[in-house]
Amino acid sequence: MEISEPVTQQSGTMQSRSIAENPCNMCMPMGGIIALKGVEGAMVILHGSQGCSTYMRRHIAEHFDEPVDVGSSSLNEKGTIYGGSSQLKTAIDNIRKVYNPAVIGVLTTCLAETTGEDVHRIVEEYCRERGVSREMFITSSTPGYGGSHGDGYWYTLRSVVEQITRPAAPHDGVNIIVPITFSPADVRAMKQTLTAMGVSFTIFPDISETMDRPYKTTYTKMPTGGTPVAEIRKMSGAKATIEFGAPGEEKKFPGTYLKDTFGVPYHRIASPIGLAQTDNFFALLKTITGKSMTAETFAERGRLMDAMIDGHKHAFAGRSTLFGDADLVYALAGFTIEIGMYPRVIASDSRSKHWKEAVTALADGSLEPVTVLCDTDFATVRRESETAGSNIALGHSDGKYLEEHSGIPLVRLGFPIHDRIGGQRICSVLYSGTNRLLDTCVNTLLERKYRSYRKRMYDQYFPSSRR
Amino acid sequence: MEDVLLLNGREQFVRQKGERHQTLPISCGAESVAGCVSQRACVYCGARVVLNPVADALHLVHGPIGCASYTWDIRGSLNSGESLYREGFSTDLRERDIIFGGETKLAAALDELIVKYRPPVVFVYSTCVVGIIGDDLDAVCKAAAEKYGIPVLPVQSSGFVGSKSIGYQTACDVLFNLIEPPKKTMILRKRPVINYLGDFNLAGEAWIVKSYLKKMGVDVNVVFTGDSRYEEIRRAATADLNIIQCAGSMFYLAQKLEDAYRIPFLQVSFLGVEDTAESLRKIARFFDESAIIRKTEEVIATELHRVTPEIAQYRTALAGKKAAVYVGGGFKAISLIRQFREIGMEVVMVGTQTGRREDYEIIGDIACDGTIILDDANPAELEKFMLTQGADLLVGGVKERPLAYKLGIAFVDHNHDRKHPLAGFDGAVNFAREVYTTVCSPVWSAVKGGVSRGDL
Repeated sequence: MEISEPVTQQSGTMQSRSIAENPCNMCMPMGGIIALKGVEGAMVILHGSQGCSTYMRRHIAEHFDEPVDVGSSSLNEKGTIYGGSSQLKTAIDNIRKVYNPAVIGVLTTCLAETTGEDVHRIVEEYCRERGVSREMFITSSTPGYGGSHGDGYWYTLRSVVEQITRPAAPHDGVNIIVPITFSPADVRAMKQTLTAMGVSFTIFPDISETMDRPYKTTYTKMPTGGTPVAEIRKMSGAKATIEFGAPGEEKKFPGTYLKDTFGVPYHRIASPIGLAQTDNFFALLKTITGKSMTAETFAERGRLMDAMIDGHKHAFAGRSTLFGDADLVYALAGFTIEIGMYPRVIASDSRSKHWKEAVTALADGSLEPVTVLCDTDFATVRRESETAGSNIALGHSDGKYLEEHSGIPLVRLGFPIHDRIGGQRICSVLYSGTNRLLDTCVNTLLERKYRSYRKRMYDQYFPSSRR
Repeated sequence: MEDVLLLNGREQFVRQKGERHQTLPISCGAESVAGCVSQRACVYCGARVVLNPVADALHLVHGPIGCASYTWDIRGSLNSGESLYREGFSTDLRERDIIFGGETKLAAALDELIVKYRPPVVFVYSTCVVGIIGDDLDAVCKAAAEKYGIPVLPVQSSGFVGSKSIGYQTACDVLFNLIEPPKKTMILRKRPVINYLGDFNLAGEAWIVKSYLKKMGVDVNVVFTGDSRYEEIRRAATADLNIIQCAGSMFYLAQKLEDAYRIPFLQVSFLGVEDTAESLRKIARFFDESAIIRKTEEVIATELHRVTPEIAQYRTALAGKKAAVYVGGGFKAISLIRQFREIGMEVVMVGTQTGRREDYEIIGDIACDGTIILDDANPAELEKFMLTQGADLLVGGVKERPLAYKLGIAFVDHNHDRKHPLAGFDGAVNFAREVYTTVCSPVWSAVKGGVSRGDL
């Protein structure tokens, strides 16, 4: 299908704009925090100004409705001028004292990176001075100017395997690496499905419990759950890695590292949203493990197909805008094209030409023209959506801007969701998650239709002479 | 306090009223202890909070994307007509800008935005890296101001140079510089005119207060800064009086206006029935005109008649419950202690992120014996003291809410992103209703069954 170039924007290049009008993405340390929240027993410290950790804690807490404790080295003027190593060391001391974590992730911010703070060296120094093992720490460079929160997530996951994974004897496990937009409910669904199939796996990271804690009568500062460090250590011996996400710069992905360093066969595929993309996942899993989906999962697949048929005419009336994280948007492109809710605007934070090429290739299967936006902002998404006549948008809750200003109803998924409850419990993956997403999309279109059809028909057909 | 785990350096920030520790004054206004998981934000946050409600201004954040992203249209400040302040603009600095400097990009951004939106005033916020890479914000802003003939004001708010309070002060300086000296020829007015400082029109709160003042016969020139306009701010020096609600952010501006233009100020609070009534009377007494005093009493009587029965119902349901308070500034904490008494509750823990010494002195005076008083608390301390003090409820912001809920404690959101007013008489009803709704929800008894897995 025809791909139109957006009017004003340089797409798919690293050239930066002079201005972002209404940001569509967040900064790198945000992704780093969420990545580390999926490692068992991990606490996070941001080396930077106090505000970074507070802003990000607020953003994360509101989405997940969970306490989100993140330390900060609270860099001040002195630390900025003369070096902040002593402040970072104090921060580590205090975090260890109060939280007693098994692992401490130390992430940088734009401030620390700009002043040339070397957190890897500071942490090594700390370990020597305090006599603690370097293995307790994960350090990752996540300057706010270096990329989006999605980039920070992948870089940090890569740092985790680089620093934790060791050579291991080959084993039967499969590494399942999930993108930042996998909600706790998505991770849980994946774990249940694989467990039911009898597949041995390591899911990484695992926020299913840490960021969606059951209510208990006693509270613990450190949540249970997360991918155990012992399992991350052995990811090198897995039969294969399946990493869900969009094509991008390979060097930043943890699966690439496991392949290059330990020879673990690597498959980066679209998140299992939609029939074909989920089929693709199960087919790959069968090739790797020889195991097939359970009868129950197969029944869910049948029910999804049934729902696709039930809703097909309504879905076909939808023309969608997909925005947000590169990985999620890529998977949603496949899904919306499959159900006929053709995307007119596909927009993400990605700065990668691989992403643009892959999305453009996917859009070949669409009957409608589509505008692909890389590294974009909401003002552009809004303008392009209005021009293209989108009547439904899929993405995180900042898309309320499209709803409020352009009347395009929003189906909320991804991160963050701030104006509705339960963002952590939205499941959109595998057959049953896709089914839920499909129902939500169709019902959103129906709601709009039912709200307006009486008036529209009246205005269009009732003779004005008799009004 | 010995039984409580406090980090090194945190001891002097925690006091219990009535204990020997209280004889030592609480420390405040200091830098956060590294790694203590402070709930505080940064200088940029403080400046942004204060300036952002200026509705017709263009707010441009000079820095990497995050700082703009986390603050885009997240606040509940409402506006009438103008809504440019709700747009989030960022120069979205990238690695090459960090290396080669961001001045060119900033200048280009200003060109593009000023031509497109034609704002009467532009605020350009600097973030952490801008201070480090040496961008000359002043020069770029000055050039743009000259080119377009509008004020383009640098807001020096690099996050690391201090806490949120420094950001408040920076914002006040910027606002002060916008205010024009009054003209020699004074206009004779029929009604007194005041400026209302420290209300950000969350869910229309400034509109509520303005409606009382109007009925009293007092006109408001400008609210700093809820639903304000550049033109109103410019005229602020012509006011007869400044009233300040949020003293933490605006006391400094009031003082500057008194020093420069001899405008007297009064500290007020419109949180709670008593504080609201007392504040209105205080304003009326200041003008000392019989008509104003009479009309003020009429406003108070009418409003009390309207809201008292509903609040009394909640009071009956809530009597004897205990509240914990952890908020941004001191004025809010002080008002909340009084407001809880109105609904039959005592505050057993109270803390602020950026309270001033004067605030803590008042808190120490009015709190009941045994109350824990905290400055710049962290989740571990909040958890500890809410539990040991037996709090039934926490008042706080978004970050504190999940902690309270996980501890099985009710919660009232008193932050900037709420969608309902808590000020004035209507706000007092809303507050009492919200406390009732969260404390008396059947959910708490439903989930506190103490069921183990084996039981079912």
